[in-house]
Order: sequence, then structure tokens, then C-alpha cells
Amino acid sequence: MRKIVLAGNPNVGKSVVFSQLTGSRVMISNYAGTTVEFTKGLLNTGEEPFEVLDAPGTYSLEPTSKVEEVASSLVAQADIVINVVDATNLERNLFLTTELLERNVPLIVALNMIDEAGHKGVKIDVEKLEDLLGVPVVPTVAVSGEGLKELVGSLSKSVNRKKAPLNISDRWSYIGNLVGQVQEITHRHHSWLEKLQDASLRPLTGFPIAAAVLFLAFQLVIGLGEFIHEAMEDYIFEGFYETLLLYLSEVLGSGGFLHNILIGKLVDGNIDFEESLGVLTTGVFVELGVVLPFLAVFYLVLGFLEDSGYLPRLAVMVDRSMHRLGLHGYSIIPMVLGFGCNVPAALAARNLESRRERFIACTLMSVAIPCMAQLALIVGLVGRHGFDYLAVVFAALFFIWVVLGLIIDRVMPGYTPSMVVEIPPYRIPSFKAQAKKLAMRIWGFLVHATPYILGGILVVNILYTLGIIHFLGVLFAPAVQGLLGLPGDAVSTLLIGFLRKDVAVAMMIPLGLSARQLVIGAVVLAAYFPCAATFTVLVKEMGVADMAKSAAIMIVTAFSAGFILNLLLDTVVPAAYLAAGLVVLSIILPMVLGSTSDRRELSDLDETA
Amino acid sequence: MEVSLVEMKPGQTGVIYKMRGGSNLTLKLNQLGLREGKRIKKISSIFNRGPVTINVDNYQVAVGYGKATRIMVEVDELEKDSPGRQS
Repeated sequence: MRKIVLAGNPNVGKSVVFSQLTGSRVMISNYAGTTVEFTKGLLNTGEEPFEVLDAPGTYSLEPTSKVEEVASSLVAQADIVINVVDATNLERNLFLTTELLERNVPLIVALNMIDEAGHKGVKIDVEKLEDLLGVPVVPTVAVSGEGLKELVGSLSKSVNRKKAPLNISDRWSYIGNLVGQVQEITHRHHSWLEKLQDASLRPLTGFPIAAAVLFLAFQLVIGLGEFIHEAMEDYIFEGFYETLLLYLSEVLGSGGFLHNILIGKLVDGNIDFEESLGVLTTGVFVELGVVLPFLAVFYLVLGFLEDSGYLPRLAVMVDRSMHRLGLHGYSIIPMVLGFGCNVPAALAARNLESRRERFIACTLMSVAIPCMAQLALIVGLVGRHGFDYLAVVFAALFFIWVVLGLIIDRVMPGYTPSMVVEIPPYRIPSFKAQAKKLAMRIWGFLVHATPYILGGILVVNILYTLGIIHFLGVLFAPAVQGLLGLPGDAVSTLLIGFLRKDVAVAMMIPLGLSARQLVIGAVVLAAYFPCAATFTVLVKEMGVADMAKSAAIMIVTAFSAGFILNLLLDTVVPAAYLAAGLVVLSIILPMVLGSTSDRRELSDLDETA
Repeated sequence: MEVSLVEMKPGQTGVIYKMRGGSNLTLKLNQLGLREGKRIKKISSIFNRGPVTINVDNYQVAVGYGKATRIMVEVDELEKDSPGRQS
């Protein structure tokens, strides 16, 4: 079967073309670097089946990041390359096109977003472009499917015009000449979206916009998530589902091995969705009743942020602060994604240029960014004791994020270069695309999390039944009690935390912990180690040696943080003051210490100039 | 007037005439369409050594402070004298 590779600059709509051609579902957003790995799909034209590969975006076949290497190597394997080109930025996009023309492979150009080009006053003479390039050029609007039939039809007409390689300056003058012949630009007035676009980059308006966006996102996720969670608990779980399970419990004889696994312990003859710890009771409740509502709202908000094109602008606004942690602004994207799930966040770190940045980003993300599944339970559990305690959890993780970043940046050799990124235009997210994306993410959660959540509960049950948890509890009691002020049995949550963090947080419920103990437990659980799924991806991304270093940092950080909280919280400082103090310190410390990367980058630039 | 991207004022337009930096920097900027002779307009810069954002053709690019100090621009003469011009 012949291979078609979709190649093009970042954020030109390759993944949209891909999903239209193959009917496969892929993640699509409005920022450079959504696709970091290639996706395969099938296209049957009626005459011939093709394998289609969706490559990550690249500006050139000479890669400058890990993601671009993937794209470059895919092109080498292609039988036909479809070069997706952003019609609104013809000149820059043609750089890659001319490089592709020098490769020994048949090429077709998909002139995508031709509608948006029209709105922006860009008119392109397609026939002339086709003539000059010598390969088929098909105007498309991938999101609506316009032109895709013609694109498929042109596959048989794809031609290989191997041209002699040009050097960079000759390439640009060739392109400049070409663009001059085919493109006509008429002036037109700025739209309100473009005005908003600039306003979110200017400091005076940009910082308030960033603060408002983050505040609203937080409020929405916590508020709406909690609302849906409570509604589900009241109407579904404590309604007919409980009745159903009680019936099942009777059928199973209200006890015995199978009853213990499926239903768990009955509390006063009744099912307690939090404490029963059965697969069908606590397991299903944690997954569908607690995590799902928060996750769904989070992904709704994230989908909007991604597709509107706001995230790269947020990256600009936070760039300064991120530099102090040894990262640049674009690493805010993996951090934001991490709040949904750490796995895609670790993958998104590939967009960062150096190994150093990837190490810092992955480590900070897995230590200090709890995924939504874990957060949902923390909010539910710690929040019960008042917002103050919840604030301590957030403040402590923020503090860890900042301090760890400051330390690693100073200790690790090298520096973080400043960023150069394209800022996409604002686009109004389409309802259909948002719904599709949300459905895809929720489905992904259900498929990937279910075995871990239900399996986790199962393992807990077996370990309890065999007395292993109690044994470990007694064994580690001195350490856990002395260091963290938690009962020995809390060790079991750390054990399960490797499997699934939400289940681990839920396991603190039957332990009957006090508010301060819950805070310590939640922070340590969030920071001490990534869950199995994240761990696997991190090892692949960072390599064994870096992962080992990162893991050592995580463990030391988590237990030091737990120890400090144990010393201070409620015994010396009340929760509200501690939370406020940690936030203030997290802001002041980086300001006092300043950034070292500027100086190092400037001297490096001077040396290589 | 020749200044770096950092020294340019928001709203000013000009032409890049020199990029001082290693081949890596030049390559990266080149791929993004920034090169000598390219006309740009500065949108903003974030204070305290933050990134500079510019308009190039139909798109926007953010350039970190370090790199922005190394991109030299020949700024268009003041628009005051030509009242017909709007931006």
C-alpha cells in the first residue's frame, strides 16, 4: 500500500485534512505543536487504498526540535507528499514547499484556509502557482471539507519534479519572486478579533486579560464541576443506583468474597459510595460520579482555549516569569494540559527545544501539576474542611513548582534560550469541532482510566483482605507518622497512587484523617511520583537516566514538603495564613533571585555571532 | 533610524536589516519567515525583558528578549510628516 504523508508548517490544518481524508479522530487545536507524533489512517479512493500519515508541523526539513525530526523522517518514507499550505501566509509556507520539491517524491499542494485568505484580502492565482511550481495545487477549506474531493482526485496527477537544491538566500529570492507573481493583497480594515488579538499581547491589557481568563477557567471548572458532581450524586448514585446495588448485595448474601470485591463493606447496613471500597460502589462512583464531571468541564474550557488561539498569547504573557524557572513561555502549554492529564502534557513537552527544558518541564509538571482526576477528589475531600485547607494544597503545589524550578535552573548546566514562536490568529471555535473533541477526550478517559480505576479498587481489596496493607502500615508507621504525621495505613495510598492517583486520594477517606492530615496526604500524593501511565511516557520521553534523576527529585521534594507542612500547618500557622504566605513567597522569591538565562543567552549569542 | 526589535516602539514599522546571532538563530528565524529585508510591524513588548511580538505579512511572531536584542530594524521615518498615512 502506498504511503501519503501530510507535511506542512505548524497550525496549517494538517490534522483537519487528515481527519477529513481518513475519517479518523485526531486532536486538533489552534496552536503550533498540537500534533507531536504521527497518526496513521486509511484512505480508499475507490481505485487504490492509501495509508495516510499525519506528520507534526515543521517549518523546514532541517529540524530544530524533536517534533520536527519526526516530520522530516516521515517525508523520507513517503510515496506521495501532500504539502498542506496556509493560504494566508503563502510566502513563509513555500519555504518548506521548495524544500519538498528538492526531494525525490511526488508532491501535491493543498492550499488550505483559502476562505480565510479571502477575508484577509489575500488573492492567489492558483493556476499560475500550479504552473510555476510544476505540481498540482488544490485550494481547500479543510474544516468544511471544501476541495478535499479534488485533492483526492489529484492524487493520480501527483508529479515528482526533483529540483536542484537552493541555498537559503536563493530560496527566499525564488519564493519572493514567485509570490509576487501569484499573490495580490488588498487592504482592509481590522476586524474586532484582530483588535482583541493585539490587545491580549499588550502588557496593559494583556495581563488583565490573562488573569481574567485563568480566574474564569478555574471558577468554571471548580464551580460547574462541583455542581454536576453533586447533581449526579443526589439523583443517580444515591437514587436508583444505590437501590440496584443494595439488591445485588442481598443476592450476594450481604457478605463473602465476591460481595467484598464488588460491593465492599456496608456502613450501617447501607452502601457508602466513598467508604465501601467495592469495585461497583466506590470504583464506579469515583470514576463517573466524581472525576468525570470535573474532567468534562475542564476539557470543555481547555478546548475553547486551544481552539480560540489564546494559549500562545498566554505563553507570551508568562514568558518572563517562566524564564526564572528555567523555562520559556511556551512551556505553559504542557503545564495547562497537565491539569487534564499528565500524559499528553509529557508528550507536549517535545515542542520545547532542548533536553534541559524538556527535563525541567516534565519534572515540574509531574511534581506540581495534579491531574483533574486527582484534583476532583482533592476538591471533594479537602474542600469539605473549608476553602482554607484547599487553598493550602494549591498554594503548596504552586510553591513547590516555583522553588523547584528556581533550584533546577541554577543547578543544571546550560541555559534556556528565549522563545521564537508563531502566534496564531484568534478563531471562533466551532461548536461541532468542540463537541467532537470533548467526546473524543471523554471517551479516551473512559477507555484508558476504567481498567486502572476499577483494577486499583480491586487491588486495594485484595491487599486489605490479605492483610498486606496492615502489615505495610505497621512496618512504615514510624516513618510515616514521624515525618508526615499520618497513620501507618496511609502508606497504602502511596502504593496505590502509582496505579491511579484518584483512587489513592479516595483511599484516604476510610482512614478518618483530620483536615491537616488530608492536606499533607494530598500534597505528598500529588508530588511523590507520577502514576503508571505518566511514568511510562516520561521514561520514553526523557530516557532512563533523566527519569531516574527526575524521580529522585520528586520523592525528595514530596517528603520534604510533607514534613514542612506537618511542622507548620495548624500547629504554628493557621491554614489561611499559610496558604497566603506560600503564594506571596512564590511570587517574591523569583523576583529577588532574578533570572540567569538572559545573561547566558546574550553571551552565547555574541560568541556564535 | 536603526534600532533593535527591543528598542522599537509598539506600532512602529520597519525593515529587518541585520540579524546578529549564530547560524542556529538565523535558521530558526528564517524558517519563521524573518530575514533581512523583511518588513515588520511591532505590536508590543512585555516590560522587564519580556518577549517582543511583531506582525510579519499576515501572521504574528513572539520573539524572546535575548533574540529580540539581536534583530536590527531600520525603522520607517516618522509618520507625523505624512498625515495621509494611517495605521
